[in-house]
Amino acid sequence: MAFLDLHGVVKRFGRNAVVDGFTLAVQEGEFVSFLGGSGCGKTTTLRMIAGFETPSEGSIHISGTDVVSVAPNKRGVGMVFQNYALFPNMTVRKNIEFGLMVAKWSSAEIGQRVDEMLTLIHMEELGARYPHQMSGGQQQRASLARALAVRPKVLLLDEPLSALDAKIRERLRTEIRAIQKQTGITTIYVTHDQEEALSLSDRIVVMQSGRIEQVGTPFEIYNRPATPFVASFIGNLNILEATVVDAALGRLSVAGQEVFAAGPVAAGPGVKLSLRPEMLSLEDRPEGANSLAGTLTNIVFLGSIVRLAIGIGNREVFLDRFNTPHLALPAVGTQVSINFPREACLVTEPDPAEALAGVLLAKGN
Amino acid sequence: MRARRGWAWMWMFLGSLYFFIPLLGTFLFSLHGKRGVLSFAAYHRVFADPHFLETFTFSLQMAILTIIVGLTLLIPTVIWIHLRAPWAKPIVETCSLLPFVIPPIVLVFGLIRMYSSPPFQIVSSRGLLVAGYVVLSFPYIYRSVDAGLRAIDLRGLTEAAQSLGAGWGTIMFRVVLPNMRVSLLSAAFLTFSIVIGELTLAVMLAWPAFGPYMAHVGRDLAYEPAAIAILSFLLTWGLIGLMQLASRSIGGQSSTLGGTH
Repeated sequence: MAFLDLHGVVKRFGRNAVVDGFTLAVQEGEFVSFLGGSGCGKTTTLRMIAGFETPSEGSIHISGTDVVSVAPNKRGVGMVFQNYALFPNMTVRKNIEFGLMVAKWSSAEIGQRVDEMLTLIHMEELGARYPHQMSGGQQQRASLARALAVRPKVLLLDEPLSALDAKIRERLRTEIRAIQKQTGITTIYVTHDQEEALSLSDRIVVMQSGRIEQVGTPFEIYNRPATPFVASFIGNLNILEATVVDAALGRLSVAGQEVFAAGPVAAGPGVKLSLRPEMLSLEDRPEGANSLAGTLTNIVFLGSIVRLAIGIGNREVFLDRFNTPHLALPAVGTQVSINFPREACLVTEPDPAEALAGVLLAKGN
Repeated sequence: MRARRGWAWMWMFLGSLYFFIPLLGTFLFSLHGKRGVLSFAAYHRVFADPHFLETFTFSLQMAILTIIVGLTLLIPTVIWIHLRAPWAKPIVETCSLLPFVIPPIVLVFGLIRMYSSPPFQIVSSRGLLVAGYVVLSFPYIYRSVDAGLRAIDLRGLTEAAQSLGAGWGTIMFRVVLPNMRVSLLSAAFLTFSIVIGELTLAVMLAWPAFGPYMAHVGRDLAYEPAAIAILSFLLTWGLIGLMQLASRSIGGQSSTLGGTH
């Protein structure tokens, strides 16, 4: 059994299942992110691991012990909250001491451990500050130190960076990963921010409507999305309607133009062809690559990258280019052709719900 | 800009006149206890009357008991509502308004009818008086505690403490209550001021309390009631001063006080 093991976990509020059949095995020392939009059940799952919610079905094991009926304060699980939840009546030092005091450590041990923690979060000088005297970033670091001080078996972070501004978020993200590697603690990180999940995690669990869509390394999730939802949720994506011309050869037709996928595709009248903006180019068409002709409709400057919109049929396709001082771009309105390797084609079947809607629509006609 | 500020000061001045002139009048009147000269004779007589101290001590004891019972009853209740039973909030809120709607005279007759015959023959016990006072101060205690809890992130703080291994005792006494100190103080002082001056319950249940004493003095004497009024005014302001002091010593938490009034 894995270090943290969730098996068939279901959580219902009334008739509504907010988490449905969640099964996941997390190895010791692993950093796993739960990623999904609001209401996808990621926080509820985290709270079930912490013990603040009780699963309606299923089991949760932490290092071999079934914890479903164990009270939150006996689980040995550390938690960091979105709004820090530092005790306002205590200094940073006292906050970090709290868990150690509850666990009845000796005062010498407590002093040493608190110093250790303050060094870990680079806040040696700020131990005497109250939470309201610190910035959001400092408060969140203090809250991380408080959670880690008691040496929990599992560290849970519930959107810890979402209340902070972009610069601090990025710095603290790096710091959290460094501290996690240094302490080797098994970590579950809940976020709706794909960039956070991609940059921090050993593995990502993408969730939607209470279900797991895909579990994989950031590389797998980004490059080989298993479902249309994952494909559209992670990164920017151009999604085009395509008709299958030859399933075995992976031959498709997009707005009347021929495109080849890297391998065979599912047989069926229609599929979705997804293309990452950064995989498309206007120049150098390598041997065997695909090409689609269209009209340049718009150019958006985004700092380090420039995003071009190209109309193909009745859809607009976005193409990203790195910005350089010598960048020469065609004028808006010109005919261009976009090129992309066969491997860039992510071909997925339409969502069952959408397909059904399509059928109903066809019947209605 | 300057003219506008001048107006503001003028309104402020008029407002304080409205407030202070009657007070000043009462104070001056209270100094006329001895014919022809200004003196504190009325105050001397008030303090010399053994009933003053007796009734005040009695009401003080009742006030302290009411505060203890009221807070012990309501703090866990309101915390429970906040954490586990938000659906019960409108019910409790409506209940908390009942003491405003039902006059104390109705309450006390209800108490007498209910508790003057077996199986509950406790109409002459102090416990019943305290229970009645708890009902009267319920709205104030409830609102103060509720505002205090709303000012802190109760769920976040309790969950953080739980995840650090703390049980409910530690959570209450180390985390929740210290962060509600100001609102608890305000609940206590409001209760105190209600019980100290309360008349109906004390009279109908026949207790030698401070309220009936004040009413009695007011009926029979001229200058002493004015002296007592000034004394109780000073006492009230002293308590509010204490409240402010407590809120300042907590620092950064003073906003809680604003929420309770």
